[in-house]
Amino acid sequence: MLSEQERHEIEAQSHHYPNNRALCIEALKIVQAHRGWVSDEGIADVAEALQMAAAELEGVATFYNMIFRKPVGRHVILLCDSVSCWIMGYDGLREHLHARLGIGLGETTADGCFTLLPNVCLGACDHAPAMMIDSAHYQDLDPAGIDEILAKYQMNEIREEKKEKREPPDGNTADP
Amino acid sequence: METPLTRNITLGKMPPDFAQYEKAGGYAALRKALRMAPGEVMAAVKEANLRGRGGAGFPTAQKWSFVPMGDDAPHPKYLICNADEMEPGTFKDRLLLEGDPHQLLEGMIVSAYAVQADVSYIFLRWAYKLAAQRLEQAIAEAYRQGYLGRNIAGSGYSLELHLHVSAGRYMCGEETALLNALEGKRANPRAKPPYPQVSGLWGKPTVVNNVETLCCVPHILNHGAAWFKNLSRSGDGGTKLYGVSGRVKKPGLWELPMGTTIREILEEHAGGMRDGYQLRGLLPGGASTDFMVADHLDVAMDFDSMQAAGSRLGTGTMIILDDKTCPVGMLHNLEHFFAQESCGWCTPCWSGLSWVEQILKGLEDGKGQVSDLERLQSHARLLGPGHTFCALAPGAAEPLQSGLKYFGDDFDRHIHEKRCPWK
Ligand SMILES: Cc1cc2nc3c(=O)[nH]c(=O)nc-3n(C[C@H](O)[C@H](O)[C@H](O)COP(=O)(O)O)c2cc1C
Ligand code: SF4
Ligand code: FES
Repeated sequence: MLSEQERHEIEAQSHHYPNNRALCIEALKIVQAHRGWVSDEGIADVAEALQMAAAELEGVATFYNMIFRKPVGRHVILLCDSVSCWIMGYDGLREHLHARLGIGLGETTADGCFTLLPNVCLGACDHAPAMMIDSAHYQDLDPAGIDEILAKYQMNEIREEKKEKREPPDGNTADP
Repeated sequence: METPLTRNITLGKMPPDFAQYEKAGGYAALRKALRMAPGEVMAAVKEANLRGRGGAGFPTAQKWSFVPMGDDAPHPKYLICNADEMEPGTFKDRLLLEGDPHQLLEGMIVSAYAVQADVSYIFLRWAYKLAAQRLEQAIAEAYRQGYLGRNIAGSGYSLELHLHVSAGRYMCGEETALLNALEGKRANPRAKPPYPQVSGLWGKPTVVNNVETLCCVPHILNHGAAWFKNLSRSGDGGTKLYGVSGRVKKPGLWELPMGTTIREILEEHAGGMRDGYQLRGLLPGGASTDFMVADHLDVAMDFDSMQAAGSRLGTGTMIILDDKTCPVGMLHNLEHFFAQESCGWCTPCWSGLSWVEQILKGLEDGKGQVSDLERLQSHARLLGPGHTFCALAPGAAEPLQSGLKYFGDDFDRHIHEKRCPWK
């Protein structure tokens, strides 16, 4: 079942399109935003809500690169592997990420922090090589720069964890 | 030198909001257009010789002229802005989207008025997050100010405009595949005819234009066709956003007269090659254009001159191949892209491209054979125009056939040395 929030967000998009069918890509994106990826259950939920055949929706979902049909980590790294970035050092960056994170393309780190995916041209070719992490763009990359960026995400995770642990059960923050 | 498209854009600065845009003369073209007959707007664009900036250079007014007009015309009619920009090596529309969203909206509303469209969509690629945010804001402002919605500026003309953010696939940029994507289907292309202008989105008359094309339109209305033609050094009207990426001193993007030479863009604006690197070749307008070489440096970057020189203007954003980068490796990278993005509809494309990719990989790995060259040649022929449903395959054939022509020695070395000489 779609959550109340998901249903609400899909509804809010409906005035942009004349029918439910046209809304389906928007709906898949909304489900993915809430659940991290689109599982078979997610497909079934959207299909039911929009009164489409699940198989048909499945065909749509698998066509588009940004609909994830497999679970991903908490952060998705999209490394540009198109031509300008390839010329400017994509291979080296990919090797560096392999070594740093211990994962290959299409894989997720054991702690679930990062998924590494190749991506086509990000429109930053004059600042190649480039990548995105979630919604943020990074460009003019080199291995040292990548380390700094990854560290930022990892630090944030540690901070979040600490914050959660410090929170007493009644929800009041224990900050002095 | 006038730079109408980028006059409001300063890198790293916020784009003009509605008030700033209007203060700088914005929306004057729209108010003017609304006092003209739609046919007069179309005639002005025709007179200006505006050709589509999406890659193919189709004359814009001619494209519009196929839309049924008058009382019997089917409605709703649609005008779509193609902001998918996924062609590798291309980063021009992004600047216009992020840097001056109201300019695009004004161009869209004027163009929609010219074909009497009722509804408009911006089809935006997923990765352009900042553009999405700024467009949303600009659209909301334009509605609030009465430049979108019912009875625009009291003219009786109404237009709804929506932003659609794509879920990502290169094919979505092909105009008929884009229509399927907007309808919530897989983005396979459609057979033509019927052309979208007659039967497009949900079977209704539809025009699809590129971001940069639409951004030119307000300036034509404001300053006239003669002024627009004068901006250019060629028969095509206007300025052009030209870009350079690769190992040059100052990669970037510049608005210059249409028909500026490759040499001027490369040497004066991009600062020439980085120290220690020499030019081997270039793709002049994105991944799906034919390679050019140093002999071509004095060719003017306009549609006809580029065609005459054996390539295409494409998107006008060039990718430089330097002498320390392997041409076979570069082709492998390009053909991998096309193979991956093929929608799988026609055999010469999906099957052919995966063969091409494998052969090129074999060459890179030192497993190439002399017969590979003939096989690549014949694939390049089969991928060419006339054998497939859409232009993706011919686009993939362009760097392949020209790469074989200009870098034959490099292919031979891979085969005879049984390795990539650059690795
Ligand atoms: C595979 C493929 C991808 C394309 N991608 C784009 C794109 O991202 N943006 C674009 O404007 N045109 C793209 N085109 C060209 C469009 O089909 C269409 O010609 C263009 O949007 C028309 O706009 P124009 O007349 O203003 O040039 C693509 C074409 C093909 C075959
Ligand atoms: S040429 Fe390729 S991308 Fe175009 S329709 Fe055929 S298979 Fe699809
Ligand atoms: S090729 Fe990587 S951003 Fe364009």
